Formats: sequence, structure tokens, C-alpha cells
Amino acid sequence: MITLDIIVFTLIIFCAIGALTVKDLMAAAIVTSAYSFLICLLLAVMGAVDVAFTEATVGAGVSTVFFVATVFQTTRRTKD
Amino acid sequence: MKKLALILCVFAGGILLINAHYLPMWGDPESPASAHLSPFFIENAYAHTNAPNMVAVVLADYRSYDTMFEAAVVLAAGLACFFLLRSRGKGRKGGPHYYRHIPTGATIRIDEKGKLPREDSKAFRPIDALWTPYDPIIRTTCRCLIPFLQIYSLYVLAHGHYSPGGGFQAGVVLGATIILLAISHNLKTSIQRMSERTAALWSIIGVAIFAGTGLICLLLGMDYLNYEILAPFLLSDAVMARSHSILIVEIGVTMAVMAVMVWIYYNLSSAGQQDEGL
Repeated sequence: MITLDIIVFTLIIFCAIGALTVKDLMAAAIVTSAYSFLICLLLAVMGAVDVAFTEATVGAGVSTVFFVATVFQTTRRTKD
Repeated sequence: MKKLALILCVFAGGILLINAHYLPMWGDPESPASAHLSPFFIENAYAHTNAPNMVAVVLADYRSYDTMFEAAVVLAAGLACFFLLRSRGKGRKGGPHYYRHIPTGATIRIDEKGKLPREDSKAFRPIDALWTPYDPIIRTTCRCLIPFLQIYSLYVLAHGHYSPGGGFQAGVVLGATIILLAISHNLKTSIQRMSERTAALWSIIGVAIFAGTGLICLLLGMDYLNYEILAPFLLSDAVMARSHSILIVEIGVTMAVMAVMVWIYYNLSSAGQQDEGL
């Protein structure tokens, strides 16, 4: 039987690879946000609700806004 | 260079993976952390502070040095963004400026060399160059949402003794409401509600509340951040004094985190000009 944390962990690895390979920086910011949210889910499954709450607010919430603001002020596509 | 970075990454990751089996299993009662440290917290946290949420007790009481310097690091991040990004020039340089004539609702465009209206003009209001039409759905939704988010963040702060949450989370949610206002309306509207000066002052006051609580304990003859000595001031016994002091320092953390989040957003989204947001 496949447990929930294995599924979440697989999705986290896909998100991490996706955030590294995608050329559009805005897409990378959104995928990083999804990655943070999945990490939050994993922490909640493990019972660390306080840490999961912090990850949800800081990781998936505010830092995504900061990334998007930075992408708007710099360049949309990565050079490398 | 990219090849070298890849080789280094694979090498470091491989070493970590090979040695991963030395780590204790998740939830292993024989692991060092579960054997010595956790039982002490589990047995004594409630007796020492009357707060059922052990995480809040560890964060703001047993390890409050750690939390205080975390708040200081957040303040340092805000200051670093300020010193790196903020430009002293007023408004956006170059390019045309757009203004709305408030009595008629007409939008005017002033080219680069043109004469701009005064900063405190009642008849003209600057609008963003990438101006989007008035969208009642987004604005009304955000205006309805923001008060509830703010009340929720205060709940998270006040209920930190009993349920997950506390200063950091409450501060981030509270800061996010101001950022949401800046996104749904525009940056100027948000700055009118909370100016950069207010944000800077709040972040410093927040850290000062935390450090000041510790300093009062020190001045009264106890160790730094040992809250028991504050009992006469808080009109309670030593146990409840620790409980109340956790709330006081969490309020400081909330103020600092909220103000720094808003401050960083102002500087990041407008490239340090504080003129136009996203």
C-alpha cells in the first residue's frame, strides 16, 4: 500500500526538478510555491503542525509574492 | 562552471544519502533527542508556564534567545533590502507619467520633460504606467477578505498558547493583508495606510519589545529573559508571569515580522522607488 507521504514526497521531487529546469522564471516561482505547499503537507502528515503552518505562510505565501515582484522588476526568462 | 557545480552537487548529495542510515528513525523513542530533551519538556512545560502548547513554550521561554535573534535576523533582512534597493530620488525616473484628474475622471499622460502636478495635489492622483482598468470583483473581494484575515492573524497570535501558531505566523498573515491591499489596489493606496516610516518604526519597536522584556528581567536581578521576576508587574504568580510574558514577546515578534514583510515588499515590488507596485 502506498502511503500519503510517499505520494507527497514523489510530487516534491517532481516540483524540485521542474523548478530547476523550467526557463520561465515566473513559472519557476509558481512551482517553488507548489513545492513549499507540498513540504507543508508533508510536515502536517508527520505531526509538526506548527512548522507546517510557518511553511504555509512564509514559504508558500509571502516568499512567492516576493519572487513574483522580483521577476516583474528584472527579467522574465532566464539566460542559462 | 555549471559542470563543476553539478559534480559538486551530486557528490555532496551522494555523501548525505550514503550516511542517511545513521540518522535515527522518525519517531524512534531510543533516539538521543527523545531520550533526554523531549521528556524534560513534556513533563515540565505545563507545570512551568500553564501553556498547553509545548512548541510555544519552547520557542518563547526555554529557547527565547533563539527566537529573539530570529526576530533580529528578520529585521536585518528588512534593513538589507532597504539599503540595497531604496533609491533616494523621488518617484520613477524617465518615461511618461500618468495622472488621473479626480473631478472629471480623465486620465492624462505627461511626457518625460513635462511639468508634473504637485505631490500633495488634490485634483491629480498618480496612477501606474501599466494601469489596469478598475475591477470591482477583485477589489471588493480583497476589501471583504482583508479584515477577516487581520482578525484571524490576531487570533493566531492570541491563541498561540493553546494551538499551533504564534508570533511569526501571525506577523506574516498580518503583513500579507497589507501586501494584498497593494496588489489588489495599488502601491500608493497601501503606502497611505502604512507608510515606509511606520513599517521601519514598527519593526524596530517589535524587536525592542522582545529585547526590552529580557533587559527588564536582567535589571531586576534575574537572568536575561527569565520571566519569573516579572510576576509583581503582571499581577500574577511566577508560573502565570511566564505565560503572560510569552504573549508579550510574541506580540513583539508579530510587530517586527509584519512590518518587515511589508517593508521588503514595498522595496522589491517598486525597485526601491516606492512609486508603482507590481
